Amino acid sequence: MIDVQQVSRYFGDVIAVRDVSFHVEKGEIVGFLGPNAAGKTTTMRILTTYLPATSGTAKVAGFDVHENSMQVRRRIGYLPENPPLYQEMRVRDYLDFVAKIKGVAPVDRKKAIVDVMGKTAIDKVENRVIKTLSKGFKQRVGIAQALVHNPDVLILDEPTVGLDPNQIIEVRELIKSLAGNHTIILSTHILPEVSMTCQRVVIINKGSIVAQDSTDSLTKKHAGGRRFTVCTDAPFEAVREKLTAIPAVDRVEINREGHEYTTLVVESKDHDVRPEIARTIIENHWPLYEIKSEGVSLEDVFLDLTTSEEGAAS
Amino acid sequence: MRNFTAIYQREIKSYFSSPIAYVVIGLFLALSGLFFYLIVSNFVQMCMRYDMQAQYYQMAPPKLNVNMMAIRPILHNMSLFALFFLPLVTMRLYSDEKRSGTIELLMTSPVTNLQAILGKFMAAAALFLVMLAGTFLFIIFLFFYGKPEVGPILTGYLGLFLLGLSYISFGVFFSTLTDNQIIAAVSTFVFILFFWAIGWVSGFVSQSLGELFSHFSLIEHFDDFAKGVLDTKHLIYYLSFIFMGLFLSFVSIESARWRGR
Repeated sequence: MIDVQQVSRYFGDVIAVRDVSFHVEKGEIVGFLGPNAAGKTTTMRILTTYLPATSGTAKVAGFDVHENSMQVRRRIGYLPENPPLYQEMRVRDYLDFVAKIKGVAPVDRKKAIVDVMGKTAIDKVENRVIKTLSKGFKQRVGIAQALVHNPDVLILDEPTVGLDPNQIIEVRELIKSLAGNHTIILSTHILPEVSMTCQRVVIINKGSIVAQDSTDSLTKKHAGGRRFTVCTDAPFEAVREKLTAIPAVDRVEINREGHEYTTLVVESKDHDVRPEIARTIIENHWPLYEIKSEGVSLEDVFLDLTTSEEGAAS
Repeated sequence: MRNFTAIYQREIKSYFSSPIAYVVIGLFLALSGLFFYLIVSNFVQMCMRYDMQAQYYQMAPPKLNVNMMAIRPILHNMSLFALFFLPLVTMRLYSDEKRSGTIELLMTSPVTNLQAILGKFMAAAALFLVMLAGTFLFIIFLFFYGKPEVGPILTGYLGLFLLGLSYISFGVFFSTLTDNQIIAAVSTFVFILFFWAIGWVSGFVSQSLGELFSHFSLIEHFDDFAKGVLDTKHLIYYLSFIFMGLFLSFVSIESARWRGR
């Protein structure tokens, strides 16, 4: 559905996106992940035909974003970082205008607007002037705007930014419910969002793609080692000495030293060292309160990828 | 065509759902009305004075031309008021879209830049037409008390309309350059004022240069319209001025896209 081949974009001498290539299948939800100013918005703007690429080709639904930009525009719904709302218009009038310029046929327009207002739960505010709406509602009107012409591809730039936790959950649910019928690309710098909503993730840093894979296999690949949290009650130095002595253990760090508990983080390359830890602590007659295996989160993968990239660059 | 209409209608609605349209139309009519009153009462006084002189010398009273002595100055005044008001009408057309980010919606919808520019241009033109239609009521009054010629009035209004469209086309252009409405309005005003005044320097420079300057002057071309002369030379001047403004708007939007602003 979306095919991007070695797209680069310069702003003067500054490179915003470098040789980005990726492919999105029909019906997929793909997350763009990256720190601020990584090039997520620029990539999305190229896909939506808002910005031309300096080099490379991008195709949406088989149409080149540059050569056939009008065909592409008909097939995409785009929610920029700031929802593009005419503040002085009423919600319904606004959606009607968007439907018109997106090319929804006059006979279908009314139904399309009612449908999309139902989907995004803004039918209660249809006659309100947009500037009087809360941030959450504005965001939903923004999503409704992207959906009104029932596009094949939805491109959402940070759809949950600035919302409260409840609204974030609602928006995520809404996005998930749209999968299947639409191909969705969403960008975010919030990691859990990607693992919750997306099947696949593209990690961008400093304008280049540093990794792209399904969320599961990414975490597997970049596990890099296993971590365990150990909670006991003993002097830190003593515990560390004993634990470091275990052959498979690479590193022991203190997490918290209290007068009752000492919490340590134990790292090992590829072994589950929990039995050894337990044995060592028991043999030394320390009380053992807890041993917990920490799963590797996308957060670790992300940090791993973005910081190692930084090390390589400098 | 549908895209053009959608954008045109949205702009019209936006003018009339905010105070802009009412304030601009209201103040333009008030100002024009005041000057209409002053000019006409001055004209009436003059007529009376001539009448009395004629009676004193026992001669037939001279016929004073209401077209020349009243309507033409009124049209000239209105062309100046339009210069004050129209930049305020056009300043938000693109600046506001840029500031609020709605430009991203516009530029990612299947609407060509030409459709968008024309839609916005025509909306401002329609507002100007309403302003002019209001002043037309004043002129109708004159028909109750005198016998003005219709021809010069119509050509005068045509000239005024074309002059206004020239202001508007460059207003659109300056609005594409910035996301700040004040800057858009001020640059439009100064630019138009420059093309107004360029004819005035013709007296101070060599004859050929002066002629060239007065050919460029917006207001010199208006003069013939106000007199009732319909000359293709002036029509072509205004049409190319309007075209130039719209063309520059188009170029400005396209180049902003490439530069990524």
